[in-house]
Amino acid sequence: MYSQKVMDHFMNPRNVGNLAIPDGVGEVGNSVCGDIMHIEIKVKDNVIEDIKFKTFGCAAAIATCSMVTEMVKGKTLEEAEKITNRTVAEALDGLPPVKMHCSNLAAEALHEAIKDYFAHQQNSPSTNNSRGT
Amino acid sequence: MREIYMDHSATTPVDRKVFEAMIPYCTDEYGNPSSIHAKGRAAKKALEKAREQVAALINADSSEVFFTSGGTEANNQAIISYMVNNAHRGKHLITSAIEHHAVLDTCEYLRKNGFDLTVLPVNSLGVVEPEVLQRAIKPETTLVSIMHANNEIGTIQPIAKLAEVAHQAGAAFHTDAIQTTGRIPIDVKAMGIDLLSASSHKIYGPKGIGCLFIKKGIKIGRLMHGGAQENKMRAGTENVPGIVGFGQAAELAQNRMADTAAYLNKLGQKLRQGILDKIPHTIATGDLENRVPGSVSVCFEYVEGESILLMLDSYGIMASSGSACTSGSLDPSHVLLAIGLPPEIAHGSLRLTLGKNNTEEEIDYVLEVLPRIISNLRKMSPLYRNGGSG
Repeated sequence: MYSQKVMDHFMNPRNVGNLAIPDGVGEVGNSVCGDIMHIEIKVKDNVIEDIKFKTFGCAAAIATCSMVTEMVKGKTLEEAEKITNRTVAEALDGLPPVKMHCSNLAAEALHEAIKDYFAHQQNSPSTNNSRGT
Repeated sequence: MREIYMDHSATTPVDRKVFEAMIPYCTDEYGNPSSIHAKGRAAKKALEKAREQVAALINADSSEVFFTSGGTEANNQAIISYMVNNAHRGKHLITSAIEHHAVLDTCEYLRKNGFDLTVLPVNSLGVVEPEVLQRAIKPETTLVSIMHANNEIGTIQPIAKLAEVAHQAGAAFHTDAIQTTGRIPIDVKAMGIDLLSASSHKIYGPKGIGCLFIKKGIKIGRLMHGGAQENKMRAGTENVPGIVGFGQAAELAQNRMADTAAYLNKLGQKLRQGILDKIPHTIATGDLENRVPGSVSVCFEYVEGESILLMLDSYGIMASSGSACTSGSLDPSHVLLAIGLPPEIAHGSLRLTLGKNNTEEEIDYVLEVLPRIISNLRKMSPLYRNGGSG
């Protein structure tokens, strides 16, 4: 039912974990539905320098998060904002139809992390853009 | 890669002896049992032998056993045909919240078509308490349908007591015994069962065949129309090879039942205890004493069932789960929710159902692999903060 790429990202997820001091944190989903995507980013000079994720959910949920982290690492925030749930699914050679809605929220989690980063920038317009958890 | 099959509540392999008994009825003895000639008579004879074998397994008379295309059809006929044919006596039926969808959806179909339905809650072990049934009875209650044992959590119901409550109210009692027929003793007379659904492929018989036991004197019509087969209770040319296989499987199950049940109880206890000892934040579900032999059902906090299944599958271990992703809907198993588990815990369910061919060495292998899988998935889980304490 899953593509080889989904299975690869599920069995060998990239960028799992937490950042020591993230600049932006995004979390979407809820445990009642059975999917939670949590993404943390480190930003330097408008570029996503590092990214980590954690996921509670099915293989599709884990694979989409893993894929999105790989897609945006080293990219500018503008480039990252253009990524959608659909482009993530396409990069994984597609997801089963039933998974397109509930387990395909990785891009949303990323956008939340970027939003969090910008919000933090506005609140503390210093050169040090890092914050503790 | 090695294959470890631990999903016997889903289906079982056809026993070699069963397969061998079926072969002649696929090839040389291909007659239609309704035919008057020699080939037809030979098929008819095989049909009646199988009927006796299945009847013996549940202490019924062979004239009370009617073959169907499987357990689902038997459940449909028991509920729909009984209610329709007894509607003049009352249109209220009672079932439980943990029934298989073959019963729940059938009851719901009737409710949408003018019948009155009560769905009983269960306690935290998954037991339908007779007092709860007693309180739900109405003057117009005509049928009570409660499964013998649950397919997800293994809990066995107090069928004799529940049937007694139904009978005192003048209602008939149906039980979906698809998970228990051939696995634990069933005596339809002693237990007071009026209607019972059974399936062949759960007991090393072929798929596509089951039966409905209808106690003599119970008024129930047919569901399938179009022929006089099965004493006018089920139209359609009989699945002779399937029926012969079911009969053979029933006989083997009866002969082996005590030994197999003891073996599976031992293996199941070892597996469940091993899981609970090795993996923290694990909940064993169902009634741990009164359960189907070899049925192990647990929930792992902070992880999701489909991920567990696919990881196990990569080690050759085949199991099942009641998570939303495996139930084909957005909700986790209705059974796990009915026993009071919150959805986030129900999502992390795992069911391992053992069979006669599983070995102690396979249990050891699962106990070696599973803790690693759960630990790895928890490391990935945002819910597993502070090592699960927060």
